[in-house]
Amino acid sequence: MPPTDEAIYDSARRSPPAIEELLEAFRYRDLITQLVRRDVLTRYKRSVLGIAWTLLNPLGMMLVLTLAFSQIFKFGAVPSYPAYVLSGLLAWNFFSQTTTAAMVNLVWGGGLLNRIYIPRASFALAAIGTGLVNNTLAIVPLLLVMWVTGVPVKLSIIFLPVSMLVLACFSLGVGLLISTIAVYFPDVAEMYQILLTAWMYLTPIIYPEEILPDAYRLLITNLNPVYHLVKLYRLPVYYGRFPSLSELWPALTITILVLMVGWWIFAKKSDEFVYRI
Amino acid sequence: MSSFTASNSSLERSSSTMETRETIRIESASVRYRVPQEYIGTFKEYMILRIKGKIKHNTFWALKDVSLNVSRGEVFGLIGPNGAGKSTLLKLIARVLRPTEGRVLVKGKVAPLLEIGAGFHPELTGRENIYLNGSMLGFTRREMDEKFQEIVDFAELWDFIDAPLRTYSSGMWARLGFAVATDVDPQVLIVDEILSVGDEAFQRKSLARIQSFHDQGVTILLVSHNMGVIQTMCQRAAWLDHGRLKAIGDTKEVIEAYRQSQPE
Repeated sequence: MPPTDEAIYDSARRSPPAIEELLEAFRYRDLITQLVRRDVLTRYKRSVLGIAWTLLNPLGMMLVLTLAFSQIFKFGAVPSYPAYVLSGLLAWNFFSQTTTAAMVNLVWGGGLLNRIYIPRASFALAAIGTGLVNNTLAIVPLLLVMWVTGVPVKLSIIFLPVSMLVLACFSLGVGLLISTIAVYFPDVAEMYQILLTAWMYLTPIIYPEEILPDAYRLLITNLNPVYHLVKLYRLPVYYGRFPSLSELWPALTITILVLMVGWWIFAKKSDEFVYRI
Repeated sequence: MSSFTASNSSLERSSSTMETRETIRIESASVRYRVPQEYIGTFKEYMILRIKGKIKHNTFWALKDVSLNVSRGEVFGLIGPNGAGKSTLLKLIARVLRPTEGRVLVKGKVAPLLEIGAGFHPELTGRENIYLNGSMLGFTRREMDEKFQEIVDFAELWDFIDAPLRTYSSGMWARLGFAVATDVDPQVLIVDEILSVGDEAFQRKSLARIQSFHDQGVTILLVSHNMGVIQTMCQRAAWLDHGRLKAIGDTKEVIEAYRQSQPE
């Protein structure tokens, strides 16, 4: 057997961790695909309806929220509350589920890191990939609800993949940050769930932003980064128009910043993970 | 007894190339674990202690100043009591850990047989798990397509390959793990106490496969508490104790020294 791979691993020779992690993640891209496959396949493997739950889950949530809130709040200004709430939920669920999965996969599935070398960001990247698959599938019920409730689907929908991608990058950044913290403090995993609940109510998802008093509205639109990302997601579908530059740039700036900081901190700390997981 | 030469790492650091025969070179590597003296589970507690400056760590050296070289094609044994640092040393070579101090150089692909089958998912079929596990070892889908049949043949799981792994017996599980992990054409094979899996026939088959790796010139690192296995398979061995290298050299002499140190 001729030696085919004569690459030398040298623990002393280091490129900057952020770049090294990026290169390794690219080299192990098939692993990330396989992890996504595993997560999508196994999630509903034992249920009768299987993958259909990806579609039914947001629909059920939408139904509950519509029944609970549309009568109480009387959102007169919102055409088709179901479509409004569902489009917001899809964006929010993507964010909350992928960041949670990134953290949980690393902390609970991290035993693998103790046995073989794999890029540590694989878990977070796979969580995002799984989220993208689920989210793409969930577009089907969203379009259905829009059609039934009379919200026109416009050409602007071709922008939706861009919105999804921006949301994915933002979630990856947050997911990496929260994973790093959770490695050191396991309690953060529980705390994050409470934080997410509060965060969701501070984001116009189940209520229209117009009902907020002006002072709060300014606070939320200025300080809550997820607001911009949910908006960016809703615009091409629910509102049926392309985002304006002033709607695009805050979302993009925040995303690039969060992703770079998240990746950098995660990569810098990742050598220590094995000692702690 | 200790026939290893303490390498002058400051001199060698300048040259990152290794000698042609060398596959593994470890230069005075140390691994330090920092364990907080008391368990701090919450962020709040941590911050309070941190501000008070009361976080105390016990530092514990899992490996201390270990140097060794392994040449290509060598079968090298690691012995020592539990907690001696054998697994930590393997993790350094497998890239799982980075040394706190010192340097580790490894040439070529490392196949770690550490707790095989670790990455398997019980709800996935054997087939799906082969691809998943292969990708964890750094192989592309296409490369796994080529290996797939050979893996199934070796594991003798033709009839069960499309059944979920939770229906497998522990022996079948181990066979599949061994088959995937060894079908990787490695330059370095790490074998950590796995020769106890499967039934006797499969154990013989596993040993034969390790032997054939040796014939092909693969460097093999073997950890075992079974001195018979070490004695028959290894040309050289190292004895670790409390993270330090006690002896290295001819297998027979190292085992002898190790045995003498053990209380009867």
